[in-house]
Amino acid sequence: MKVVKSKIIDNIKILNKIYRLTCEFAGDIRPGQFFMLKTLDNSFLLPRPISVHDSSENTVTFLYRTEGKGTSKISTLREDDEIQLFGPLGNGFALDNLSGKIAVVGGGIGIAPLLYLVKSLGKNADVFLGFKDAENAYLIDEFKKYADRTIVVTEDGSIGEKGFVTDYICYKEYSTVLTCGPEIMMNKIIKNSMENNVKCYISLERRMACGMGVCLGCTVETKSGNKRACKDGPVFSSDELV
Amino acid sequence: MANLKINAMGLEFKNPVLSASGTYGFGEEFSEIYDVSILGGICSKGLTLNGRSGNTGVRLWETPMGLMNSIGLQNPGVDSFIKDELPRMKSYNTIIAANLGGHCDEDYYEGIYKLNETDVDLIELNISCPNVKSGGMAYGIKSAVAYEIVSKLRKICKKPLMVKLSPNAENISEMSIACEAAGADGISLINTIQALAIDIKKRKAVFDNIYAGLSGPCVKPIALRMVRDAAKSVKIPVCGLGGIMSAEDAVEFIMAGATLVQIGTGNFIKPDIAVEIINGLSEYMDKEGIKSLDEIRGII
Repeated sequence: MKVVKSKIIDNIKILNKIYRLTCEFAGDIRPGQFFMLKTLDNSFLLPRPISVHDSSENTVTFLYRTEGKGTSKISTLREDDEIQLFGPLGNGFALDNLSGKIAVVGGGIGIAPLLYLVKSLGKNADVFLGFKDAENAYLIDEFKKYADRTIVVTEDGSIGEKGFVTDYICYKEYSTVLTCGPEIMMNKIIKNSMENNVKCYISLERRMACGMGVCLGCTVETKSGNKRACKDGPVFSSDELV
Repeated sequence: MANLKINAMGLEFKNPVLSASGTYGFGEEFSEIYDVSILGGICSKGLTLNGRSGNTGVRLWETPMGLMNSIGLQNPGVDSFIKDELPRMKSYNTIIAANLGGHCDEDYYEGIYKLNETDVDLIELNISCPNVKSGGMAYGIKSAVAYEIVSKLRKICKKPLMVKLSPNAENISEMSIACEAAGADGISLINTIQALAIDIKKRKAVFDNIYAGLSGPCVKPIALRMVRDAAKSVKIPVCGLGGIMSAEDAVEFIMAGATLVQIGTGNFIKPDIAVEIINGLSEYMDKEGIKSLDEIRGII
């Protein structure tokens, strides 16, 4: 991990409040890791934790939704502007321990860290993407390039299957489920994975200040006591969680 | 190059810049980013005799140019600190301060007895944590109460003792005088300011404990005023902190009377900020033709 002033390559609006930011960055990044992002002015105080959406030899890409002051300000940055990056942070998904067929499940902006994950898994993963409706669906074609199968589910059925993404996963086909998205979705997946005896790893989101394990603000309750989402996570095995 | 060395509390600091308790863990994470031996010193995460798992609910809340926290002294306890953290911290080749809090007199006694037997350089006595219900800050509000506990601990403590004061003290000058009279070797201030955030949608306080501690650039003007009040009242060294984000901020604290300064919330905003501040202080002195910080200390 390092702190750098990075030059922005582009910062494109994909849809509604969803942006894709690509910056110069050299260094190894694991799928599921994140960076703390901050504009160089003092328009907001705390850096914002944003997961890595994609990475190449000299770039890192983030997919984010403008939710508050920080992300809204970041969305105003343009090509050649500079941004403070601190990372990569967190454990990321432990790819070395995976075998067999993998299900990757994302909902809403939770799909952000999953593209780089699916790319790293080769054609060994089926991807399940849940959106509200066709108007709020994005990056489906990108996932199709790298996944074995890509299953899209919308609440109103305006694109793909109708209902909730959690209803379309056939757990028996998979050795492991990797997921990121709304808590209600992930809780259902944890429950179903346990019932089907399938390993499950989830990427959690928490309010953070330091991103590196010192402020103890992003607590996750686990069977072995309090853990830090930023340092011990953000990816946790569902067995660990209380 | 400017000489940044500071002699205070019987210790020699490489420079006046320390990392503040609760914002630096035990140094390990920062040592992956830069050489932490450049620091004047490191104050450990706030320790209690027995480990604590900290507070429930929301622990952090951002405000305009400020950060509210209610961590609740989550820490591994004094024994674990001595066994698992201190040996590594000592290898950083800088002054190591153990920040010690307590719920009752006995907790402080036991903690001091244990730390006496280690090679920790300095004890920062926390009588100012606003986030622990039973005790903590209770010692840091009334000067007479602070005088009593500091006097008792001074008698048994074999290490230099720096008392960390709360901005919530009834009178910061009287509090400083009380600590000096009780035998403190130094004082550090300010700890966080007790504050409130409300979630109007839920119609509830944001934090389970209702109140939390406010830090960051928004508290700096208050911290400066209190550091000046303290420094004008006592002869022992004052370590100033509260919203320092640059070398210029650190200079303001020194002009207000601080011998040492601590970087707290700034460590979260820019993880290598301490490097920038130490280099910036040196550049400032060279530019202004200042040979020793004594020339500008307490000039306000």
